[in-house]
Order: sequence, then C-alpha cells, then structure tokens
Amino acid sequence: MIAPAICCADVTLGYGPHPAVHHLDGDFERGSLTAILGPNGAGKSTLLKAIAGELKPLSGHFDFGADKPRIAYLPQLAEIDRSFPLTVFELLAMGLWRKLGLFGGLSKEDRHTIGQALDAVGLVGFENRRIDTLSGGQMSRVLFARVMLQDCDIVLLDEPFAAIDARTVVDLIALVERWHAEGRTILAVLHDDALARAHFPSSLLLAREPIAWGATADVLTEINLRTARRMVEAHDPHAPLCEVA
Amino acid sequence: MDSVYALLIAPFAEFDFMRRALVGASVLAVSAAPIGVFLMLRRMSLVGDAMAHAILPGAAVGYLIAGLSLGAMTLGGLVAGFAVALLAGLVARLTKLREDASLAAFYLMSLALGVTLISLRGSNIDLLHVLFGSVLALDDQALYLIGGVASVTALVFTIVVRPLVMESIDPVFLRAVSRAGAPAHLAFLALAVLNLVGGFQALGTLLAVGIMMLPAIASRFWAQTLTGMIAVAIIIGISATIAGLLISFHLGLASGPTIILIAGLFYIVSMVIGPQGGLLASYLPQRHLEA
Repeated sequence: MIAPAICCADVTLGYGPHPAVHHLDGDFERGSLTAILGPNGAGKSTLLKAIAGELKPLSGHFDFGADKPRIAYLPQLAEIDRSFPLTVFELLAMGLWRKLGLFGGLSKEDRHTIGQALDAVGLVGFENRRIDTLSGGQMSRVLFARVMLQDCDIVLLDEPFAAIDARTVVDLIALVERWHAEGRTILAVLHDDALARAHFPSSLLLAREPIAWGATADVLTEINLRTARRMVEAHDPHAPLCEVA
Repeated sequence: MDSVYALLIAPFAEFDFMRRALVGASVLAVSAAPIGVFLMLRRMSLVGDAMAHAILPGAAVGYLIAGLSLGAMTLGGLVAGFAVALLAGLVARLTKLREDASLAAFYLMSLALGVTLISLRGSNIDLLHVLFGSVLALDDQALYLIGGVASVTALVFTIVVRPLVMESIDPVFLRAVSRAGAPAHLAFLALAVLNLVGGFQALGTLLAVGIMMLPAIASRFWAQTLTGMIAVAIIIGISATIAGLLISFHLGLASGPTIILIAGLFYIVSMVIGPQGGLLASYLPQRHLEA
C-alpha cells in the first residue's frame, strides 16, 4: 500500500471564527487526479491555499508523508499583477527558480526546456511578448507552462479553466492528463460538473463540510449536489463555537 | 562658440563647487533610478515621500547632538528611516492594517517629532537646510557618502532583484518556492532609506525623493522593459542634474529645487509625447501590423 500524497487530518480552515472548510478528513492518493467542486464560498480555493502552505489551518493538519513533496500552485488569474513589464520568457524562467536561485544563469538547456514548455501549451513564438499584451486564455497557457517547468510532485490548480474558450480548455486538459500519466498528484478546483465527469477520476464535493469524496460518478449525484447547495446557503452567523478536541 | 562655452562649460570648469554638485547629484540620480522604478511599478510611488519625512527626526537628533555634522545627521536619519520602515512592515504583517496605512501612521508621528526636535534649538535657517539641503556645499565627506550609497545600492540590488520582481508580479508563487520575499522587500525598503539619506545633504530630505521618483515615473512613457525604464530614468536624472545646475547658476536660483523642477519638466514632456501611453500616443491613430 502506497502512502497517500496528502492526508487531511481533521482540517478546519477559515478566516476569523467562520470556518471556510470544516473538519475535513481524508486522503488524496498518490498519483490521483481529483476535481474539487462545490458552490461559491464552499472553501475550495481556501483548501488549495492551505495545502500550498499559504494559510495555516485553524485546527488539524496536513500530512505529506516522510519527504516533503514539491508543490506547484497555480493561482487564479486575478492574483497576478500583469501590468508589470515582463516577457513571457521571463515569467516562465520563474518556474526554474529552484534550480536558478538568486544568481543562476540560464543554460542553453534551460532555454530549450522553456521553449519545450511553450510548445506544449501551443505558444511557440510568444517568448518576447509582454505579459500585459496576452489574452486571458494565453495567460492561462503561460501559467500552465510555468507549472510544467516547476516539475512538482503535487500540482494545485485553482479554477484553471475559468473564463477561457473551449479549445483552450481542451488543450490544457490534455496537459493535465499528461501530468496524471506521469504519476503526479493533481487537485483542480472546477465549476463544471461535465468536465469533472469526463476527465477527472476522483472528485471532492465541498460545501464547507465534505459532502462526498471518491470516484467522480459516485460523488456527483443529484442528491449530493443539492445537499452541497443547501449547506452553503444555510450559513448561521450565531452558530455556537465548535468544540476543538 | 565662446558663448556656448560660457553657458554650458565654464560654470563647471571654473567652479569647484559646481563640479562637486554635478558629480554628487549625478551619482545619486544613477543610484536612485532603479529604486524609483520599482517603487513606481509596485504602486508605492508615495512611499518614498513618506520615508523622507520619516528620516527627519533622526537627522534632527543628530543635529541636536553634533550640530550640522554630516556623520551624525546621516546616522540619525538612517536609524529613524530603518525603524519606521521596519515597524510599518511588522505592523502590516502582524495586524489587519495594510502597509500603506501603518507607514502613514508612523511617518506622520516621525515627522512631527522631527520638527519638534529641530524647533528645540536653532533658527529656521537650520531647519531649511535640513529640509532642502544645499547641493552647492558638498564636501569630500558628502561625496564619499553618496558614492558609498550608490555602491551598496548596486550590490544589494543585484542580490534582491529576482525575488523583488517575482514578489511584484506573483507574490503567492514566490512564497510557494522561496522564503526570499520578505527579506528582499525589507532590503529594498532599506535601499530606499539609504538613497534618501544619501540625498539629503545635497537636496534635502524632501527633495531627495524628487530625483528618485520623477525620472522613474517619466521613464514609464518611454520604455517597455524593466531595464529600459531604469536606463531612461538614469538618463533623465543626469540630464535634469546638469540642466538644473546650469540654470540655477545663471539665473541665481536655489540649485536643489531647480534640479527637481527640471526633472518635473522632463516628466510633463514625457507624459505628453512619450510613445508608451503618453497623451499624444493615446490620441493619435496608431499603425498596426497586418497579422
């Protein structure tokens, strides 16, 4: 039995006293490809942020096993300042930070790797374009290329397919499936049930509490989806304090 | 030919203090350019101004203890500037307050303290000297200080430039791959303080911000890349220094403010005719490629 990639041990996440994710218990198996679904405010992005180490759990913890894995996190587009004068090539070079550090120069091989990543996302010839001239879909492609360059064990994608056209989604899904085939553990926040059913073997349906977690077909049932919607709407500002063990 | 010489060359050839002013202010312009460009790109253009005010009480304490001594006032200014930068950064990280708000709170307290300290002793003339400097009275010590500041700036900047760029664009990404973000940010603020302190003997605490920000802001209208912007800012800074010194010499104006005014003029002209989003470029029809 292989140890899971990410073990969530009674994790509660939130900002202030209101929990955004409540008592999440369970494992993301090594090499699994999981869609995280749920209504707005269900805690999906919060969960990814916490796994990425951006947010400290209010209680509980994540267990990554003996060796701390390398985690690549693809934030929502809005979190990136695209007015900064940088080229696509330079942004991609950030993905090689672990290798280059403060001073390391780009070798011929590195340049080749970056070129390959651009090729993989269908942006050959975009090296010298400034990032403020890219469309939303092109920027998504660039960020996917950067995730590729990071070459990580765990890949977290926060709404990677929001507001991009069908063709771009198809191209990027193909990349995700390639990473899956390479044995990486992938978590993606989605808003599209059909996409999850078609391409993601596992799903986690979240509505502050985990509603269902497992094989996508078992998780995305009509009953579960309805429960999820009701859970988030029933937000009680006067809820009693939760006992912390 | 003679008149051109008299107009442009003679002031520097004949007067030692003009040469010193030229060297001091030019080196300052080079050193402050990258700081100014980054402050602008990170939407922190007013931070330099706040820092300049924050430096005042330190310089005042130095002045109270040792009179108009460059060493004492520099040291005091550095201590006060670093303290305010650090406190503002800490409050922003530990409490709900954002960095601009906590910086505003600290620099205002610092400024009031500085003015109070200066008014304890000395006439208004001294206060004017601290606030507005005297670029025409740069002695060896002041030039060494400016040279030192420029060297440290160049050195530290090469170390922190990558994390600084990454933090500006995608702070979440940087935090995920490295812990260099916070130290780089602090080092950057320290460089800003250092350049302001270096500039205050020449231009005064308040005008030192001018040589940092005005060329940087103007450069946005000319260049598309970071390197390009810094290069343009340096060129504008040095040009403003030379023109400002000459104009103030011939017309008998205060030299520090004249340099900054000329830098301001560069900004206005850049804003109107600059090819990167200047007024004219935005309103005139532009050519575009076929595909």
